[in-house]
Amino acid sequence: MNLRKLTGVAVAAVLALPMFASHANAYELVIPTLDYRTGPYAPNGIPLANAYSDYINLLNERDGGIEGVKIKHVDCETGYNTKKGVECYENIKNTAPSRALAIQPFSTGITYQLIPKSAVDEIPIFSMGYGRTSAANGKVFPWVFNFPATYWSQATALVQYIADQEGGMASLKGKKIYLVYHNSAYGKEPIRTLEALAEKYGFEYRGLPVDHPGQEQKATWLQIRKERPDWVLMWGWGVMNQVAIKEAASIRFPMDRFIGVWWSGSENDVLPAGEAADGYLSGAFHAAGGDFALHDDIRKYVYDKGMGAGDRDRIGEVLYNRGLVAVMWTVEAIRNAMKIHGTKEVTPAMVRDGFESLEVDEARLAELGLKDFTYGIKITCENHEGPGRVAVQQWDAKAKKWSMVSKFYEPLREITAPLIEADSMAYAKENNVTPRTCS
Amino acid sequence: MFYRENGQFKSSYSSDQAIFPIAQDRAFVIGILLVAFCGVPFFINEYWANAILIPLLVYALAGLGLNILTGYCGQVSLGTGAFMAVGAYASFKLVGFFPEVNYLILIFVSGLVTAAVGVVFGLPSLRIKGFYLAVATLAAQFFLIWLFNKVGWFYDHSPTGMITVRPIDFFGVRVTGPEATPAAKYLFTLTIIATLTLTAKNIVRGRVGRSWMAIRDMDIAAELIGIKPLQAKLSAFAVSSFYIGVAGALYFGVYLGSVEPLEAFDINQSFYVLFIIIIGGLGSILGAFLGAAFIVLLPILMKNLMVGGFGVASGTAGHVEILLLGALIIFFLIVEPHGLARLWQIAKEKLRLWPFPH
Repeated sequence: MNLRKLTGVAVAAVLALPMFASHANAYELVIPTLDYRTGPYAPNGIPLANAYSDYINLLNERDGGIEGVKIKHVDCETGYNTKKGVECYENIKNTAPSRALAIQPFSTGITYQLIPKSAVDEIPIFSMGYGRTSAANGKVFPWVFNFPATYWSQATALVQYIADQEGGMASLKGKKIYLVYHNSAYGKEPIRTLEALAEKYGFEYRGLPVDHPGQEQKATWLQIRKERPDWVLMWGWGVMNQVAIKEAASIRFPMDRFIGVWWSGSENDVLPAGEAADGYLSGAFHAAGGDFALHDDIRKYVYDKGMGAGDRDRIGEVLYNRGLVAVMWTVEAIRNAMKIHGTKEVTPAMVRDGFESLEVDEARLAELGLKDFTYGIKITCENHEGPGRVAVQQWDAKAKKWSMVSKFYEPLREITAPLIEADSMAYAKENNVTPRTCS
Repeated sequence: MFYRENGQFKSSYSSDQAIFPIAQDRAFVIGILLVAFCGVPFFINEYWANAILIPLLVYALAGLGLNILTGYCGQVSLGTGAFMAVGAYASFKLVGFFPEVNYLILIFVSGLVTAAVGVVFGLPSLRIKGFYLAVATLAAQFFLIWLFNKVGWFYDHSPTGMITVRPIDFFGVRVTGPEATPAAKYLFTLTIIATLTLTAKNIVRGRVGRSWMAIRDMDIAAELIGIKPLQAKLSAFAVSSFYIGVAGALYFGVYLGSVEPLEAFDINQSFYVLFIIIIGGLGSILGAFLGAAFIVLLPILMKNLMVGGFGVASGTAGHVEILLLGALIIFFLIVEPHGLARLWQIAKEKLRLWPFPH
């Protein structure tokens, strides 16, 4: 084929593009995802994206969608890059026929971009436990939901866990608790809360930033080796987690005094360190493992038909389950919207209402095949964070399994509530938002 | 046949000194400007504004700024990302201090602040050259970003260290934030960029620009013919940083709306702009625009073709896109090491002879 022919074919292909666009007659529910299967955070982005895709395929195959309405899954590759995320959002937000029903960015940077847009575009954002913490204030952020627990709640939960090990809140006095954090908006989230906690309970707090992507941490851990903190917390993501765990092992920092945020507690993070990672702790709000009834259904209806997005034996990894719980709550919100508005052709605005009165209790979880997978949630107009409960899980390097080692801690709302109020009101003032009243 | 200047006589100094001495060029540029100003705003939607045209214009302006320094004055800089950050943070703080002042003036002042910072970091250029200067500007990159990340005053002590643009009206029309219409954002950006481009074109063909080029081509010879390296180099740093600062302010205010320093202005940003001018063409105004089009638009085009057109899985498309972009950059640099602007020039020369090349 000579160059002219090739050009001709290319031009024809471009001109024929509109014909590829399908014109489905039946109403479909558009659930978009902003995936990152490329870039430095891909090892974490892939299981999240696979879970989304598998659950949607499962519903379409097993139940014919949600309440009989097919789901249209639209994905867009962001590479965890904010600019690409903006392009993706603009590209997918008006996907026919229902428009994007809810956006789950899985990136704090992209979430911050989209929060102001959500109210104008009328598309709810479900930033599950990440993004802007003060979005928990539903009066200022009616379109953003960050249940089941924010980073600030999590910070208070982890400190409570530490207190339990040390023998009560009073014994925190004089202890040294350090935070190793991803030097970005995401990593800085818990700092305010930890500072407030340090002041109240009299422990010494110090933050040690690690720059993106986090491969270079020698200096950080040398400092930890020198100053010997009693506990180290970590707000890390991607390759930073595994490097930190390896470095901690190399200075023989006790793993059972090293607690990661729930984004720093997946198999990807601990496996590279091998035996040395045994006993490492992390926050969690759902179980790990692929033995739930839902997983069996996914294997049966999706993987047996060759429609699985990932490897069969990686079903049930922590981040896979994280993706599952995210898409499960999204789907339940859509279902709730259908119930409230009495129509199956829901719009994003209706789904927002669905989120705002969402209630997924233990009984419903059992129906979904997720008995004891996570706790029940109930969202209200004022409180978009929900229960805010966090537990601690521990890695067993021999069995290669995560297991829960604590109860679910209630957040210390006396610490977080004033911070949330202050930050959300600052946002309201800067952006001329009048907080709505919830009655 | 169509592109030929036969019969166009220059009968006055002003016509001899025109920016576009050839009538067809003039018509072409005026046509593009007419379409950009009068045609596009009627059809623009949010996708085209936020994902394609505004990033294109902002990066073209940043490329233009770097091209003044690197392409015209020969001083290699790896601090573009940091200078964009200076513009962004300056505009953020200024809007906070003087909410009543016209946004355009604040952007202009942000550019001036960046120019001042640029001059300070340009001082080493008087003693060191080439790769060594690149390393010195790298210091600006790391120091400034560290500063914006470390000192709470710059980001108004927000808990995450991010800065978010306030809703700003420009003569009663909202130009920032999600409530601004795509046309308003686009026209605001386009007006600034068109004006600054025209200014740049006139600077580089005047006395100042010629002194930069003399320094670039051989600094000792330039000194011998009476050009002061101090003035020439520092003015290049100042003008270049002004442009980059304005680009940074628009990048933050109009394009993204909220940024965190380590992601939005990191070293990759500096490389990104450097690639724009290398691919577009060093020492060419047009090159900045062509390079920005190549770097900003091509990945989006490839993605939309692969995912939307041929149904490739988005993850796979992401990988293929990286490969293809790399291959295309190498291809274009082999075909024309002087960049796309040079290709354009060759095309024009061929067109002059067409259809009788012999």
